[in-house]
Amino acid sequence: MMSIKKLALVTCVALSALSPASARAAEGGALPHLSWSFEGVNGTYDRASLQRGFKVYREVCGACHSMDKVYYRDLEALGYDEDQIKAVAAEYTFIDGPNDEGEMYERPGRPSDPFKAPYASREQSMYANNGAYPPDMSLLAKARHGGANYIYGILTGYGHAPEGHEVPEGKYWNTMMPGHIIAMAPPLQDGQVSYDDNASQTVDQYAKDVATFLTWASEPHMEDRKRVGITAFLFLLVFTGVMYTVKKKLWAKIH
Amino acid sequence: MSSGQRAEFKNPVVSWIDERLPVFSMMQKEYGVFPTPRNFNYFWNFGAIAMVMLITMIVSGIVLAMHYTPHADHAFSSVERIMRDVNWGWMIRYIHMNGASFFFIAVYIHIFRGIYYGSYKKPRELLWILGVIIYLLMMATAFMGYTLPWSQMGGWAATVISGFFTAIPVVGDMIQTLLLGGFSVDNPTLNRFFSLHYLLPFLIFAVVFLHVWALHVSGSNNPLGIDVKGPQDTLPFHPYYTMKDTFGLGVFLLLYVIVTFFFPNIFAHPDHFVEYNPMVTPPHIVPEWYFLPFYAVLRGLTFGVNPYIGLSLFALIVVMAPVYCGADKKTGLCSIICVVGRKYAVLLLAIAAVAFALGYLSQVEKATGGALISLPLSNLVFVNAKLAGVLAMFGSVILLVFLPWLDTHPVRSARFRPLFKTATLLLAIDFVILGYVGMETADAALFGVIPLLWIGQLGTGYYFAYFLMLLPWLSRNEKAQPLPASINEAVLKA
Repeated sequence: MMSIKKLALVTCVALSALSPASARAAEGGALPHLSWSFEGVNGTYDRASLQRGFKVYREVCGACHSMDKVYYRDLEALGYDEDQIKAVAAEYTFIDGPNDEGEMYERPGRPSDPFKAPYASREQSMYANNGAYPPDMSLLAKARHGGANYIYGILTGYGHAPEGHEVPEGKYWNTMMPGHIIAMAPPLQDGQVSYDDNASQTVDQYAKDVATFLTWASEPHMEDRKRVGITAFLFLLVFTGVMYTVKKKLWAKIH
Repeated sequence: MSSGQRAEFKNPVVSWIDERLPVFSMMQKEYGVFPTPRNFNYFWNFGAIAMVMLITMIVSGIVLAMHYTPHADHAFSSVERIMRDVNWGWMIRYIHMNGASFFFIAVYIHIFRGIYYGSYKKPRELLWILGVIIYLLMMATAFMGYTLPWSQMGGWAATVISGFFTAIPVVGDMIQTLLLGGFSVDNPTLNRFFSLHYLLPFLIFAVVFLHVWALHVSGSNNPLGIDVKGPQDTLPFHPYYTMKDTFGLGVFLLLYVIVTFFFPNIFAHPDHFVEYNPMVTPPHIVPEWYFLPFYAVLRGLTFGVNPYIGLSLFALIVVMAPVYCGADKKTGLCSIICVVGRKYAVLLLAIAAVAFALGYLSQVEKATGGALISLPLSNLVFVNAKLAGVLAMFGSVILLVFLPWLDTHPVRSARFRPLFKTATLLLAIDFVILGYVGMETADAALFGVIPLLWIGQLGTGYYFAYFLMLLPWLSRNEKAQPLPASINEAVLKA
């Protein structure tokens, strides 16, 4: 299987070398290539990193970005138990109803609720953010070329614009962003989110954890998928081997 | 079907059914003892593989339809619900999504096999045409399926592709409105696409049945392309080809499993994971990979037919006239054109080349605006670039229908026709190059210098020249190598 990965890599490298004027790379900065726990045919999500990433999302990203495809109950996959999930959900207030009297009412969140969105509508989110839309993050890792590496690249790509480049009022310079101009203010500072474990509380670590968390959010069944894939592959390998022998033996009489 | 001779069955239940409805006799005749050429290579596996993929697509598609909501407000979310909450939903969806690609891979190899070994020639013309109809239905089905997840890419691809029809004069806009159920891609579009995406696979299944029926009338072609002379040339389909097909299928499924479970989104553009928004156009709209060569043909036609291009095409028709008409047509206008075409072939080809260059250059826009060279009458465009592109794109597919009459060489297999073999292998390479051109942005350049557009245009030129000029010319002029006396003899020699 490693050889397949290598083959795929070689093909990708060959294709990107051929790629005319590296059209896609030219749009943004060079994509960083970190090593992630979820890579490879048997890669899994690092649970500690997922939990840290979720914390960063709740305390930072979640202020502007919704994740409307993810439910509190899904947090079980991060290693939280039922009581912890209930406690997390209950921190948010949801409007429900109508009740028997036809009134809408407020209630605490439940595990069966989707992540509470920071804004009531796309319009409201754009109005609050200078006209820029903070995209929903449920599928962000799949909705960008480069996935986790891209997300990490954006979060660590802020800096001063080089000489001769103008950054418009209310926008920021980001080496990763296509066009290098981004509407999102640098969201993370060192020490901003306190971790319960002894992971370093740096922008670099926050970015890695959030990228891991968002990759999980966009592909929550990845571990199952790879597990089933290995079984299916091995079964087919044996089956095809048997069929090869059968075919060879059968045709030996003919040739 | 098989109502004539029945086979004997020991099992009383089987025998009882078979007397009343001879399905067992039919299976025995068509898949049991069916005489099949003994010299198939592995290219002959892909019909069975394509059949398995069709069934895989129908079964997985029916399950997906149980959980999918064909409504503009819910489609994207319902697909995500399948991916996240439906038991094994992610697997069924990935099987379906990548299954489409693997179905096309199998069918493309199957079509190439047909061309390379001349499987479309007499008596298999109708069998071939039914195959082209299956391919057309597959394209329509795949295009509509692409739209159903209601993503940015799917919605905008529907906008772009339905826009092709607006190139048709007079009725174009009407056709687009009918196709979309409105003036833009919206809920009515999604509803009718879903309805047709569910219907067409069953039509495909019906045409596959006719395809197989026709195959079982004429019998299979084989790598030598010579007819079966007697029982010594054949083997019963079962167990020889059932086992060989199953082995080949296993290899194919291994690749399918690797992609489905380990690289499930390798064929998917990131804009597949953003919900469709009619107010935001994605920077780069691309169709699925299996349409890319035709997309390159469409984009390659950046020029229309003005008097110069028209003259060029006319000169080519005159050059080809003796090839098309044949020596037997010696009366009237046709004979005059044939004589001219034969006598002044070189001159006519030169005229065609020069006229084409003039017609092309007089339509190339300068960066500063205006044409690169200005010529009298060059603005008189009979067929504009958009319509020319759409005609070329549809034409490039429809041409396949006429293949049995474009290549009339008596020898089927490329194995004995070196020139045909080279030309056909070049066509396969050309097709891949066109696919690559279709994938890249319109202004991309190879190594930063050679515009891909030019490569796409050259590729388009070769594609049409292969079918319309090379094949008819080779049919008359290529001297084939000697054919073996029989399949059996060739097999024994090897």
